[in-house]
Amino acid sequence: MSSAHAGLPFWRRYIFSTDHKVIGIQYILTAVFMALVAVGLSVLIRMQMTWPVRLWPIMEQLLPTAYEGGALKPEFYLTMVTMHGTIMVFFVISLALVSGVGNFIIPLQVGARDMAYPFLNMLSYWTIVPACLIMLASFFVEGGAAAGGWTSYPPLSALPGALPGSGLGQTLWILGMALFIVSFTMGSLNFATTILNLRTKGMSLMRMPLTVWTLLVSSVLGILAFPPLTAAAIMLLLDRHGGTSFFLPEGLVLGGNVLAYEGGTPLLFQHLFWFLGHPEVYVLVLPALGIAFDVVATFGRRPVFGYRTTVWALIVAAVLSMIVWGHHMFTSGMNPYLGEYFSIVTVLITLPFAVIGVNLVASLWRADIRLTTAMLFAIGIISAVGTGGLGGLWLGTAASDIYFHSSVFVVGHFHFMIGVVTSFGIFAAIYYWFPKMFGRHMNETLGKIHFWLTISSVFPAFIGMHYLGLGGALRRVYDPTYYEYVRPLQEMNVWITFLLFVAIAGQLVFFVNLFRSLFWGTRAEANPWNGATLEWTTPSPAPHLNWNEPPTVYGGPYQYRVNGVGGYVAQHTPPEEIKCPVGPHEG
Amino acid sequence: MIARARTFETTALALFFFGVTTLTVWGFAMPDWLPPAASRHAEGVDGLIRYLLVTTGAIFVIGHAVLIYFILKSGSGEDSTTIQTNPKTERLWSIIPVLTMALVSEVGVLFLGLPVWDEIYGEVSEDVLVVDVAARQFEWIVRYPGEDGEFGRTDPAQIDGQSNPTGIDDADPRGSDDIVERNILRLPVNRPTQLRLRSHDVLHSFSVAAFRVKQDIVPGMVGSTTFVPTQLGEFEMGCAELCGLAHYRMGGRVIVMSPDDYETWLSEQGGDA
Repeated sequence: MSSAHAGLPFWRRYIFSTDHKVIGIQYILTAVFMALVAVGLSVLIRMQMTWPVRLWPIMEQLLPTAYEGGALKPEFYLTMVTMHGTIMVFFVISLALVSGVGNFIIPLQVGARDMAYPFLNMLSYWTIVPACLIMLASFFVEGGAAAGGWTSYPPLSALPGALPGSGLGQTLWILGMALFIVSFTMGSLNFATTILNLRTKGMSLMRMPLTVWTLLVSSVLGILAFPPLTAAAIMLLLDRHGGTSFFLPEGLVLGGNVLAYEGGTPLLFQHLFWFLGHPEVYVLVLPALGIAFDVVATFGRRPVFGYRTTVWALIVAAVLSMIVWGHHMFTSGMNPYLGEYFSIVTVLITLPFAVIGVNLVASLWRADIRLTTAMLFAIGIISAVGTGGLGGLWLGTAASDIYFHSSVFVVGHFHFMIGVVTSFGIFAAIYYWFPKMFGRHMNETLGKIHFWLTISSVFPAFIGMHYLGLGGALRRVYDPTYYEYVRPLQEMNVWITFLLFVAIAGQLVFFVNLFRSLFWGTRAEANPWNGATLEWTTPSPAPHLNWNEPPTVYGGPYQYRVNGVGGYVAQHTPPEEIKCPVGPHEG
Repeated sequence: MIARARTFETTALALFFFGVTTLTVWGFAMPDWLPPAASRHAEGVDGLIRYLLVTTGAIFVIGHAVLIYFILKSGSGEDSTTIQTNPKTERLWSIIPVLTMALVSEVGVLFLGLPVWDEIYGEVSEDVLVVDVAARQFEWIVRYPGEDGEFGRTDPAQIDGQSNPTGIDDADPRGSDDIVERNILRLPVNRPTQLRLRSHDVLHSFSVAAFRVKQDIVPGMVGSTTFVPTQLGEFEMGCAELCGLAHYRMGGRVIVMSPDDYETWLSEQGGDA
């Protein structure tokens, strides 16, 4: 990849590498692979949602244990729902958007030669590999992979007799998650340390690109929020195999036998899970918004609107995200006064997000838009985060959540937020930084086909899920036509499935484009987009250790068309070289 | 390589957002998605949903209209001039959305939501009818107190799927007249009802869409939910928390009867409300 580390053997350069860029790309490719599995599962899920009673002889040939007699087994449906969610949230979005893009871009944008702890960085990647393998292996054990939902609420997940997937599959799920958490925590520590300590001369916090800001906030959230889930996973493991009763009360009856547990409560697990679970959403969504700001500024050829207010809004949103977890539990049976507290603070989250949303839209005001594929996805993020976010208000209001809780409305909402917003963030990042990663461009025509197939299908599909939820359709239901009152809405399920197949076709185009461009993409120059941030000062692809001497920074990250300068002022341009200096601008 | 200014593509993107916005709003507003409301607090829930529909709908439309306008205005002739935003303008455009969202969201939670919340979880009226509902994989065991008006103790060890599905303790005389039914909940119309919710095994959630009722049932705890059925007829109840492989068909019927019919039914079972 570069002359500086050409001396290293192949396996030190590309396999057990400590180069943040190689590790970032490793994360992204791992996530792409895991995405194939998760998308495959979603195909089977949608087939079941659309044709719940149809027999599939061909599927029996392909997956004989799941489709015994041609009909999908209900327990395998639950396995698919569980593993689709787990893999997508933790092994696709987290890996690609945070670990992948974050690793690649943080040192390049702050002007560091590598991460603060390169060896720890390598270790965190090589911890995620066994985690992925364990998750995949769990499909093949007796009873199948975990099936208690991606939330894995006990007692269902704690009692092997409660569900076929709660056997060895659930144990492997816990181990895989534990490894994921270890890896992600190492990564978050590395990110936060690098951003806080290795910024180049002149790169003050308020001159950092917003991608870096969002990754900093997201790393700090990850460090604070993941430990309780680790504790919960250990306790769940002990309840399953150590005879403890952290989450199990007395008097449980299963298969006619009274079980010998006493003193625990399942609600404890829910609190611990969502104490992580809610901030985790922000860990994923915020970096996508940061990427949107960066891309919109570069291709809108204007400074981001409200850089400072955005930074403050990010911090406020992060603080709020730590104290609102109970809104996932309005109907759980917790104290109604507590429920009301959680509702009041939850809807306050719309305040910082409204600021971020307005700033994103206003960043297009008087812009000079160049509609590259990256820009298209970035604009898509703006629309999706607004659309999904407004639906969140319906769920955050406790009294209306009574109706929407556990309904398909929730599924539509979180697919907008941690499905569309985050994957658009990944796509925008890949199309935008691909030249820096590989020295080549992705094909723009294929990119645009990818964009249009994706946006025109996922928007109506996930909006359609909101409608189903309004009609009262419940989630995690093997046969959506079981309840008479939702049966008339079944046609909507057919539409959603059709749209998602279009979306998947779009992803195939992306897949082809990705690998085609790796080898045959047109060569890219150092700064193909005329970007003002530091990563564009390196050659494409960026060499090992990035710069011999990282550049000094003199200004903010988004100085496009400022101070009477028609073009842009790069962050490393000294003030005396600016042609019509009016004074420093902080972005 | 770089497409600029107002092109076919910018127009297409603007048209796309116009189409998606129109379709979304039409889809939310035109069909009546909600099942007909059949409980007293359901009116409040539906009112809240309509409020959220109108307010968030307006923000959704305005937001997209601005987005479309900015996309269409892009590059209109001033691409080399200065774009400098006054920090004051930026702060103003932070205060406006913050105030708007504070108003919209907290009016919903406090002024429209809290009264509904109170109807569900607040003080229970004196003439409340208490019914015991036990959930187990994958059925509902409904129990009425019988002539003495009191429920007998339960004992998990005495649960028998056939003869004693909810485990009434035979040592407790209060339990001998309890009336037990499976997967059918009978209620008199317009009478406040409180369900005592218990689970034998895993989490379940008692849910009746027509009543806008949903309450998780946590093993080890006795939960409760309160509502007033206002419509005669049959409604579907279901489980709204993943509880195992047959979760999807853990349904049942709620039959709302006139008070007289209810009394008649109850006395036929050997009980008296």
